[in-house]
Amino acid sequence: MGNDTSYTDQKFEQVGRRVRRPDGVDKVTGRAKYGADAYAPGQLVGLILRSPHAHARIKKIDISKAEKLPGVKAVVTCEDLPDLTGGNRGMMDILENCMARGRALYDGHAVAAVAAVDKTIAKQALKLIKVTYEKLPHVTDVDEAMEADAPVVQDFVFTSGVEPKPTKPSNVSGISQFGHGDVDAGFAEADVIVEKSYKTEQTHQGYIEPHACLANMSSDGSGELWVTTQGHFVFRNVCSTLLGIDIAKLKVTASEIGGGFGGKTHVWMEPVALVLSRKANRPVKLVMTRDEVFKASGPTCSTSIDVKIGAKKDGTITAASASLRYQNGAFPANWGMIGAMTAYACYDLKNVKTVGYDVLVNRPKVAAYRAPSAPMAAFGVESTMDLMAGKLGMDPVEFRIKNAAKEGTRASYGPVYGPIGIGPTLEAVKKHPHMRAKLKKNQGRGMACGFWFNFGGQTCTDLNIGIDGTVSLTVGTIDVGGSRASLSLIAAEELGIDYEQVKASVADTASLGHNDMTEGSRGTFSSGMATIFAARNAVEVMKGRAAKMWDIPVEDVVWENGGAKATGKAHSNLPPLTLKEIAAKSPQTGGPIAGHNETVADNAGVSFASHICDVEVDPETGSTRVIRYTVIQDAGKAIHPDYVEGQFQGGAAQGIGWALNEEYIYGKDGTLQNPGFLDYRIPVCSDLPFIDTEILEIPNPNHPYGVRGVGETSIVPPLAAIGNAVSNAVGVRLNHIPMSPPRILKALDEQAGG
Amino acid sequence: MSSVLVSTTINGDPIEFACPPEETLLDSLRDRVGLTGVKEGCGTGDCGSCSVTLDGRLMCSCLVLSAEVEGRQVGTVEGMVENGQLHPLQESFIDNAALQCGICTPGFLIAANALLERNPSPTEKEIRYALAGNLCRCTGYDKIVRAVQVASKEMRKKSKKTKKK
Repeated sequence: MGNDTSYTDQKFEQVGRRVRRPDGVDKVTGRAKYGADAYAPGQLVGLILRSPHAHARIKKIDISKAEKLPGVKAVVTCEDLPDLTGGNRGMMDILENCMARGRALYDGHAVAAVAAVDKTIAKQALKLIKVTYEKLPHVTDVDEAMEADAPVVQDFVFTSGVEPKPTKPSNVSGISQFGHGDVDAGFAEADVIVEKSYKTEQTHQGYIEPHACLANMSSDGSGELWVTTQGHFVFRNVCSTLLGIDIAKLKVTASEIGGGFGGKTHVWMEPVALVLSRKANRPVKLVMTRDEVFKASGPTCSTSIDVKIGAKKDGTITAASASLRYQNGAFPANWGMIGAMTAYACYDLKNVKTVGYDVLVNRPKVAAYRAPSAPMAAFGVESTMDLMAGKLGMDPVEFRIKNAAKEGTRASYGPVYGPIGIGPTLEAVKKHPHMRAKLKKNQGRGMACGFWFNFGGQTCTDLNIGIDGTVSLTVGTIDVGGSRASLSLIAAEELGIDYEQVKASVADTASLGHNDMTEGSRGTFSSGMATIFAARNAVEVMKGRAAKMWDIPVEDVVWENGGAKATGKAHSNLPPLTLKEIAAKSPQTGGPIAGHNETVADNAGVSFASHICDVEVDPETGSTRVIRYTVIQDAGKAIHPDYVEGQFQGGAAQGIGWALNEEYIYGKDGTLQNPGFLDYRIPVCSDLPFIDTEILEIPNPNHPYGVRGVGETSIVPPLAAIGNAVSNAVGVRLNHIPMSPPRILKALDEQAGG
Repeated sequence: MSSVLVSTTINGDPIEFACPPEETLLDSLRDRVGLTGVKEGCGTGDCGSCSVTLDGRLMCSCLVLSAEVEGRQVGTVEGMVENGQLHPLQESFIDNAALQCGICTPGFLIAANALLERNPSPTEKEIRYALAGNLCRCTGYDKIVRAVQVASKEMRKKSKKTKKK
């Protein structure tokens, strides 16, 4: 019998409580162990040598001097990482990104690595490696990369999605199209058409913990890897493939993770640590510097986007289109395709067409970054929505409500929506006191909407009941922001016991079946689902044990309020048995009590949010401050409201940084000019106000508790919300993110002059 | 390559270690003394994850050479628990969900404690500016500022009680 995932609308005792997280004390006392906090006897220090050029042929790598330096135990290049991918180009891209093979494709691309007895010697060894480069022409801008005479980044890439199949390699790796209806007819029907082009710059996830791992290969071919990651099972599979290790012989243990936001879903250097360890026959610790994190672990795409919307005088959108060009760094990916899918997902449109272009440039391989691709598309669409509302003389919220998607709407990317939260979040915006607060000179208010798909994926959970009636919950999804607390609440709810009786932990890859990454806002959604079924599984076992203890048929036992109860007149003299009592007798009634679940958690409910933002622009300096911010988002069901609010606030703050400050700046030579937190400025405490939140709960019909993922959508609206607010504050509309002081000053000067 | 011998006091304990003259206090604390609660986020003094106190003053330990702490008092997050009791700031960070991933938390606790020792009843603005040297990428700082506000109230209540006694 399959597990029933449908929503039950039950009353909760545990779910919704703001309990203390199980990893709290460890994290406030310094006991929690992150990627760089593991040590092994005899461990070596690993360091990576990286290309100083944006694009160069590697003519020769001479490691002979480095190898001879006393204290150096291994030096590796791509020669030590042979191609074992069996023609899998995706795997080959990961391998080539870990270590250049004949060509350095971006500033910071790894070319060699060393392992030595200490950091001083390892640094000396790097200096002794002599690399002979021949510089090649490079391209770092997405629009320039699409021009016919642009340097070709990868000669194996031919544009997919076009007929006939191209005969020449191109930087456009793919073109994808979404939509329905007839946009030409729709634009012909429109009374007003607004067209506008936008650019957004490249930003980094900016997790505070750099990538770090401790690799330990044994001479028998087995190995262990301790690593900061969003998905240790996936890392195991990738590293096993690239190094030719049997999956069962590589045990990966996930450390506590110091932030990921998508950036730790990708393998960047772990195979290098493993191969150094294999060559040196000693454990090797490899930790990136912040400079390396910026240069060689994936940021998000920079983009160039054209948006066109047509509407009737009454505010009905008749047609909407967009052309979205996303740069993916030096390796093919489909971020432009995803941008094209999300662009108009908030709206109910008769005629819609989006085209996404995926483009290669000489920049680091792009990684997922929280609702990847959606914020840039939303910046273009939501800015244009405000422009259109202005032209129509309509209130921007009313204009969006009139066109908002609802249950039954066919999404612009294909599927038909079930119950969704875009309408309710917009209605909540209308009612929110923030919308009526007074504004002063140079201040303005903006709002914008956002969408994210959410994801479910492969999940596996164990629940073991101890002899004392406490419960070990073992999950395989990384806890990025409090999910162990949420999952413990869910286990307690199902079993009918108190939260304090449950302790959740994340298993290593040898202790549990495969789990996909913590990505796509899936951690609490999917492990929560598997926890519910594992707990129900354990309850069935306990009902059987109670029946045995009472010597009655199991059909006469029900589970209520954390214990077994005998039903029927014949057993009315039997007092209920608590979970604790059943656990205590388990050695005599059949041994350990456990529940398990393995599932593919399908039907993650889609997620919508609407944000309101007030800014103050200083016309003298062009500096913009966010003075009030409100996030309204549908959570389906908030399991632990503190950490749901935390996701809303954190995503908004990242979006604010992206909108106002953060940007990869490349020089003419194609090298990154600001690889550090001083020049790549993320928001600090004094930059931000309190971020208000309102959690809406529109149950996901495909989760027993109604849960939707909540982690990502909050980064989608801020870019446009702030752009709209700036426009309302000082009358200039910026079409280029970030809206840094020089860009705002330039726009103000042009406004004054023109 | 000759090492320097450093004699110092860390969290009240006398500690001696030898290290290369160019080694930072951050590296010595983590790799030689075993205090891995001190985190490296940038190594350039921009993120505050490696915050410690040096003779009571807030510092980025990545910007201090170990040789400089000879004969001085170093305080890290590991020294905040007294007699097995969490510091009110530590309690408040847990109660108010002021951490998500937690990597920046030790630095924030050290910086917030340095603030409250200097100014027991800071305004929201004073808290925000005092913590502006510590980067957090998860929380948007909202719950961190609230946790410091709650802790400062608790600490003032406690100190009133102690004074009455």
